[in-house]
Amino acid sequence: MCLGIPGRIIAMTDPARMMAMAEVSGVRREVNIACVAEGPPEGLIGRWVLIHVGFAMSLIDEDEAARTLAALHELGEAQEALEQMAEADREMAR
Amino acid sequence: MNAIAFGALRDSHVTLSHGGGGKAMADLIETVFFPAFGPSSGEDQARLTADALCEPGARLALTTDSFVVTPLEFPGGDIGKLAVCGTVNDLAVGGARPLWLSAAFILEEGCEIALLQRVVASMAREAALAGVRIVTGDTKVVGRGSADGLFVTTSGVGVIPAERDLAAARIRPGDVVLVNGVLGDHGAAILAARGDLALSTDLVSDCQGLGHLMETVLAAAPGTRAARDATRGGLAAALNEMALAAGCGIEISEEALPLRPEVRGVCEILGLDPLYLANEGTLVLFVPEAEAEAALTAMRSRPEGQGAAIIGRAVAASEGGAHTARVQMVTSFGGRRIVDRLVGEQLPRIC
Amino acid sequence: MKFASEFRDPKAARALLAAIARRAEQIGASREKPVHIMEICGGHTHSIFRYGLDKLVHEGVEFIHGPGCPVCVLPRARIDECIEIARRPGVIFTTFGDAMRVPGRSQSLLQARAAGADIRMVYSPLDALALARKYPERDVVFFGLGFETTTPSTALAIQQAAREGLGNFSVFCNHITVPEPIHALLKDPHMVLDGFIGPGHVSMVIGVHPYDFIARDFQKPLVVAGFEPTDLLQSVLMVLDQIAEGRAEVENQYARVVPEEGNPVSLAAIADVYERRPSFEWRGLGEIDASGLRIRPKYAAFDAEEKFGIGYAVARNPAPEPEGCACGAVMTGRVKPTACPHFGKGCTPEMPLGALMVSSEGACAAYWQYGGARVAAE
Repeated sequence: MCLGIPGRIIAMTDPARMMAMAEVSGVRREVNIACVAEGPPEGLIGRWVLIHVGFAMSLIDEDEAARTLAALHELGEAQEALEQMAEADREMAR
Repeated sequence: MNAIAFGALRDSHVTLSHGGGGKAMADLIETVFFPAFGPSSGEDQARLTADALCEPGARLALTTDSFVVTPLEFPGGDIGKLAVCGTVNDLAVGGARPLWLSAAFILEEGCEIALLQRVVASMAREAALAGVRIVTGDTKVVGRGSADGLFVTTSGVGVIPAERDLAAARIRPGDVVLVNGVLGDHGAAILAARGDLALSTDLVSDCQGLGHLMETVLAAAPGTRAARDATRGGLAAALNEMALAAGCGIEISEEALPLRPEVRGVCEILGLDPLYLANEGTLVLFVPEAEAEAALTAMRSRPEGQGAAIIGRAVAASEGGAHTARVQMVTSFGGRRIVDRLVGEQLPRIC
Repeated sequence: MKFASEFRDPKAARALLAAIARRAEQIGASREKPVHIMEICGGHTHSIFRYGLDKLVHEGVEFIHGPGCPVCVLPRARIDECIEIARRPGVIFTTFGDAMRVPGRSQSLLQARAAGADIRMVYSPLDALALARKYPERDVVFFGLGFETTTPSTALAIQQAAREGLGNFSVFCNHITVPEPIHALLKDPHMVLDGFIGPGHVSMVIGVHPYDFIARDFQKPLVVAGFEPTDLLQSVLMVLDQIAEGRAEVENQYARVVPEEGNPVSLAAIADVYERRPSFEWRGLGEIDASGLRIRPKYAAFDAEEKFGIGYAVARNPAPEPEGCACGAVMTGRVKPTACPHFGKGCTPEMPLGALMVSSEGACAAYWQYGGARVAAE
């Protein structure tokens, strides 16, 4: 369940009602920021959030994202090296 | 342009009397339609001749389509442009050279005359671009609430030259599938333009005539098997229809599908699949492998085909599935999934 | 798309698939004796089929598609009640698109709309609030459905309506919770599950601790996962790692979105607006203790159950499942959708008989639509 998509806060539209403009791949939609507002709402501009049914539900932790990606990248590289070794072995056997 | 400045028509909105067959109706026709489409023959029918029809083996192509859209005017077009392009495209994808259109209007009482004029002007412009003439028409007015502003029905007549034989049944395994450009722009633009989902984008409908593009492609790839205009139900519906008619399977590649980031964005937000979004100027073409590059180059030589891409190929039915002809997509992962037809309309979802 | 497309990298996916295969073989998982991993969330089911992950992973790993599709587990009586409310004079009934096609006992909301009820699809409860402001003379009812991901948004909308004094706005609350049905599944003696993929977006609201009992009391691993394909594959690998190492822990693969403790503002809004129902009915699973939410008395003015005297709290209105329907057994992992006698015969997405054929996230509909079943049958 629960379609959630990453979007970036690009402007405040109605700070009193905790409303801001978010952008997802060039598509803009007004979203509620109550769940992610930590300090002054303006501080959110430029931040990435996870959007569900018109609400920014979570701030995306860019460091964590980078960590996961780095681990994936490392795995990918290791796998590629493995595949190249296996390929080389096959060449040798021929 | 101000409606009141024209002829005898003094109203700013359509009233029931504009459909009454009397003077008011004549005023509407003379003020709105004749300046755009040219005067009437004065008879109850258009009388037409074309040399192309007299060539041995030439066939007449006839098609009809009704157009309803909300909003009536949207980024990249309006209902009038849609009504001309849609019918011209239905002729063109069969290899026909479009010649004549009829246009029938159902107007809702209260429809703005200025809007109607813009729609009609847009039809005239689009017809001129496509090289067709709007030669006959009709207008009816229905009471407020009985229609959504205005509906247009166009019928089109074209001629298929003797040497052409485009049909889905001619598709063979190994044939290459091409599209002329990005998918889903129309569907996504309309969803955003309706406003009830409060999405704002710079997306523009892909609404465009495909007649000239078809001529260019057929000259470069005369062995072209079949073509379709992927409209309602999107690319998925067009491919399923063709696979069924051809009795073969079709395999497309997710990575090869041309999609604009904003269309992906709308789809991600609303949980929609771009394969099912409507298009209004998207050509799906099947050509023998030997002509695929020629067809691609020819497409890209025209503005309507700038974003052309090879997206897949026809496969033997047994490769694609044992029981029924059907469409599969190789995902960007090398996974596979069936691309079925939609059950109903694609609805926005949250889960 | 940032934070999404990077997690669709085929190279990383190949590496994960290879690692999954090695782990699966190491623990002796095979086609005949597979490891059963339940993805609780319907969004995960959707991703698995969309990317064909079920056919890419080692044959010793079998996905069991859990009860996390709110539309699928919605009893037909609730849809009947929606229609009853929507037909009241002056009502504008608003809902997410997901619920439109779900069949009630005689009609779906789509059919009720065609028959004249004013039913409108919205993307957000905020859009329903906007309608209430725009039409002060109408009663705007929002159909609150979904799990913990969605409950805060409805709660915040109710709080906002209360602040604005929008007396013509109410919520037909049918929100449900994730941990309780998992608890019920684990207590089932026929249960065959070896581990769980935890729901990423539910967890960004409630955090990871509500699943602690799964590891502690039932010794099953759970990994909270994101929705992109490498997220899912990495989580499957993490579950297998736990099994191989004899661990049963709650781990968080989706830390970029899911804070350990969840989202405090959301949790506060939930606590302020809702209370638990003693029990709630799930389609295919029956009554589950404390698994549903209702609106607290202090917000009674915004509670459609109170306002219209219709709903689960008023009349339980149980609607028995169609005879022979195997949805319950599919959701608990005891049988595959294709083993149901109705699958593809009396029950298709066009004419769904059972809950899991209703939404594209339901296991049966996903099997049908994305060809899991039809391809596998060849």
